[in-house]
Amino acid sequence: MRRRDFLQGVAVGALTFFFTTPLGSAPIVPTRPGTYPEDFNAYLKISADGRVSCLVGKVELGQGSMTVLAMLVAEELELDPAQVDMVLGDTDLCPWDMPTGGSLTMWHTAPVLRGAAAEARAVLLRMASKALGAPVSGLTLKDGAIWVKATPASRTTFGELVKGRKMERHLGKVKPKPLSDCTLIGRRVPRKDALAKVTGAAQYAGDLRLPGTLHACILRPPAQGLTLATADIAAAERVPGVRIVRDGPLLAVLHPQPDTARKALALVKGTFEGSEPDVDDVRIYQYLVDKAAPGQRVVISRGDVAAGEKRAATVVEAEYRNAYESHATLEPHTSVAKWEEGRMTVWASTQSPFVFRDTVAEALKLGQDKVRIIAQFVGGGFGGKLVGPGAIEAARIARQVPGVPIQVAWNREEDFFLDGYRPAAVVKIRSGLDAGRGAITFWDSTVAGVSQGEAELSYDMQSNRYQAPTVPNLHPLKVGAWRAPNAHTNAFARESQLDALAAKAGLDPVTLRRRLITDARLLRLLDLAVETFDWEPAPGPTGRGIGLACGAWRQGLVVAVAQVTVDKTTGKVKTERFLEAVDVGLVVNPDGARQQVEGAITMCIGQALSEEIHFKGGRILDKNFDTYLLPRFSAIPRIQVVFADNATSVSQGIGEPPVVPVAAALANAVFDATGARVTHVPFTPERVLEALKLVPAK
Amino acid sequence: MNATVSFTLNGQPVTVASPRDRMLVWVLRDELGLTGTKVGCEAGLCGACTVLVDFEAVPSCSTTLGDVAGKAVLTIEGLALDGHLNPVQKAFQEHHAFQCGYCTSGMIMAAWAFLKKRPKATRSEIVEAMEGNLCRCGAHVRILDAVESAGKAMGGVR
Ligand code: FES
Ligand code: FES
Repeated sequence: MRRRDFLQGVAVGALTFFFTTPLGSAPIVPTRPGTYPEDFNAYLKISADGRVSCLVGKVELGQGSMTVLAMLVAEELELDPAQVDMVLGDTDLCPWDMPTGGSLTMWHTAPVLRGAAAEARAVLLRMASKALGAPVSGLTLKDGAIWVKATPASRTTFGELVKGRKMERHLGKVKPKPLSDCTLIGRRVPRKDALAKVTGAAQYAGDLRLPGTLHACILRPPAQGLTLATADIAAAERVPGVRIVRDGPLLAVLHPQPDTARKALALVKGTFEGSEPDVDDVRIYQYLVDKAAPGQRVVISRGDVAAGEKRAATVVEAEYRNAYESHATLEPHTSVAKWEEGRMTVWASTQSPFVFRDTVAEALKLGQDKVRIIAQFVGGGFGGKLVGPGAIEAARIARQVPGVPIQVAWNREEDFFLDGYRPAAVVKIRSGLDAGRGAITFWDSTVAGVSQGEAELSYDMQSNRYQAPTVPNLHPLKVGAWRAPNAHTNAFARESQLDALAAKAGLDPVTLRRRLITDARLLRLLDLAVETFDWEPAPGPTGRGIGLACGAWRQGLVVAVAQVTVDKTTGKVKTERFLEAVDVGLVVNPDGARQQVEGAITMCIGQALSEEIHFKGGRILDKNFDTYLLPRFSAIPRIQVVFADNATSVSQGIGEPPVVPVAAALANAVFDATGARVTHVPFTPERVLEALKLVPAK
Repeated sequence: MNATVSFTLNGQPVTVASPRDRMLVWVLRDELGLTGTKVGCEAGLCGACTVLVDFEAVPSCSTTLGDVAGKAVLTIEGLALDGHLNPVQKAFQEHHAFQCGYCTSGMIMAAWAFLKKRPKATRSEIVEAMEGNLCRCGAHVRILDAVESAGKAMGGVR
C-alpha cells in the first residue's frame, strides 16, 4: 500500500497543547476562518482522567463521521474508538471546519486529524520517557497507558502525564503510523452512535427540552414568490398561552406546546403579495431551455465537432430530463435558539455549523463571536441542511423574546415547501460513433438547469463541445445542493447516450466502454463490476433487464450494474439486483463505506423511479409522503458492493460517488428489458408506458 | 379541554391531564419527556412515531390520548429491560441497521410488534410488515437483515 500519498496531505504544526480542564470550560480561541488550525489542541484534549476528546467541526448525519474520525485518533493513540469522546459541530468548542458535505470529511479532515493524533502520540511518548526514565524507543502504549517494554511495571497513564497542567510543546513534523502497523484502519468497528440510536437516547434538535421553551410555528405564503402583507391575528391571540411575534414578513405563533402552536397558527388569516412564477412541473423543461438559451456558452471544447460528425457512422440525438427532487430528510429542519446576555445560541439540525453561525450573525447583524451553533444528531442531510433558513427564523424570533428558548421545527409540508431542490434539468446530446465502432467521432452536449460538472468521464472522444448557461436565477423554484450535484444529472445523460449508441451500432454496452475508456483505474473497475455481477454482456435489448453505467465524483469512481423487471401493462419498474464497484482509494472504515453505498443506491432508486416535486406556479403540490414517493421496503433489491483493492491514493469521500450512476444504470436496464429508452427522471410508470409506445413492433 | 387520562406507559401507570383528542406523540414527547419517539410526517405515512398500544404497532401521530385510555403503551424507551437490550435493538446495533437513526425507534417498534407474533416470518413477510416505515438514508437492507436475525434470536429459527 502506498501510504505516502495518504500522508502527503497531513498538516502538522509547531505547537501542541494539552488541556486538562473539563470539556466546555475553556473555549478555544477561534481560528482564522478558512484554514485548519495547526496546533492540535483544537482537535484533541486529554483530561486528567485520561479520557481523550476529539473536537471537530463536522457533524454526524448518519454517514458515520463520528465513528470513522474516532478510529483515526484511536489508531494513533492505541485506543479503542470507544475511548475517544467525539465533540462535533459546536462552533465555540470546535475549530473552524468546512460543511459536512460533498464527501469532504475523509478527503480534508481525516488527514489533518491523523496528523494531530500522531503529534499527540509523540508528545505523550516524550513525556512518558522523561517520567519513566526510559528512551521513547523502549516504550509501548495501549488503552491510555504507557509502559517500558522491558519492565512493564514501570508505567504511567495519559491522565497522570497531563494532570493539572497546561503544557505547550514544540515539535517537528510527526508522521502517522505506517499502514502496516495499523490495527483499526480497514477493520469493521462498532458504530459509536449505535447504542444511543437503538435506545431512542440519541438527541436531535427537536428533542432538546430546555425549560421554558416556546414552540414557534410560522405563517407561510401559499406559493413561492409571495410574502406576507397583512395578517389578522385576533382569533389566534385568543388561544390561551399564545404569543405572536412579527419581524417584517415573518409572523410566528408561539406556544409552550408544539401542537397548540400549530393549531393556533391555522387561525391566523394572512394576505400575501408578490408574484408567482408562471410555470409548472410539465412546462418547466421548455422554460429552462428557453431561459438558458441566450446565455449558453461553450465551457469545454476539443477538436472540430462538425468534422467529427462527418466521420460518424452511427449518430444518436436525445434529450434527457430530470425533475426537481427534494432532500426529504426524515427529520425536517429543526432549530432551537436562545438569546441571552447578548449572545445567540442555536442548537441545530445542520450540516454546516460554521455556515449557520455566519449566516445567523449576518441576518441578525451580530458579530460572529456573538453566535454559537451547537449541532445535534442530524436526522439526514444529503445537502439539504448545508443552509439554515430555519435556524435564522428561530434566531430572529428568539431575539425578540430574550431568555426564552424558541424551537422552530418545520412540519413535512414546510419541509417540502422550503427545501432547496435538486435542480430540474435538460441535457441535449448529439453524438456519433465511427464505422469501426471504436471511437466517438463527436459529442455535442448542451445543458440547462445544471452545470456541466462531472459531465466528462475518461472516454476517448475525437471531438466534443459542452455548453452550459450563464443565466443567473435560472430556476423558478429554490434549488440547492443534492448529493453529487450536477454529476448525477450529467451521468444519467452521458451513460444513457452511450448505451443508445452501443445498441444502435449493435454493440454490447461493456465492449463499447472498454474501447473508449482511457483510465486504467476505471477499466479495472469495469471488469470488477462485470465479473462480480457474473454477466455475459450482449447487444441490447436482450430481455434480461441488465444495465450498466459509470460515474465519477472527483477522484472517486463507480461502476453500477442494475437488473430490473418491467411490467409492460402497468409500466412499473422493479429493481431486482443492484451492484456497485467502487474505487475511493484507501477505505478506512469498510463497513461504514459499504453502508454509504447501500444507502446511496437505495436513495437513488427513489430518485430514478418515483421522486418528483409537483408544482403549479409557486404552489408546491407535494405536502407529504402520500404524493412524494420515497422508496419503501418492497422497492429494495438485492444489493452488492465491492471495493477496488486500490493501493495508489488517498481516501476519497464516499457520500457522493455511489449516487452518480444509479439512475443511468436503471434506465439502461429498462432498455435491456424492453427496448424502451426512458429519458426522463424519475421514470414513473406513466413515463415508462410512454416510452414503451415508441418501441418499434418486432 | 383537559381531561384526565390514565394508561400504562412502559410498564408504569401514568395519568395525564391533556385534551383527549391530543395526539399521543405530543403527549409522549412533550408532557412525558420521552423524545425517542420521532415525528416525520404527522399523517401516518412514515412510521417514525410508531409505538405499541396493547402490543399493536400504531402511529402515535394519528392516535389520540383518548384512544389509549386504560391501555398499555410501549415506547422505545421501555424496550430494554434492566439495561439489557431487547433482541430487536441488539440486532439493529449489531447490523448497524441505521444511519441517521431518525427512523430507528419506529423501525424497532414496528419490527418488535411483528416478530412477537411471527418470529418465523419469511423475508417477504418482513418486507410487508415494515412497508409503512420510511427510511430516507437507505438502511433498508440492514434493517431487513436485523429483523430477520432478531426473529431467529427470539426462537423463530427456521
Ligand atoms: S410521524 Fe407518525 S407516521 Fe409519520
Ligand atoms: S437511518 Fe436515517 S431515516 Fe433511516
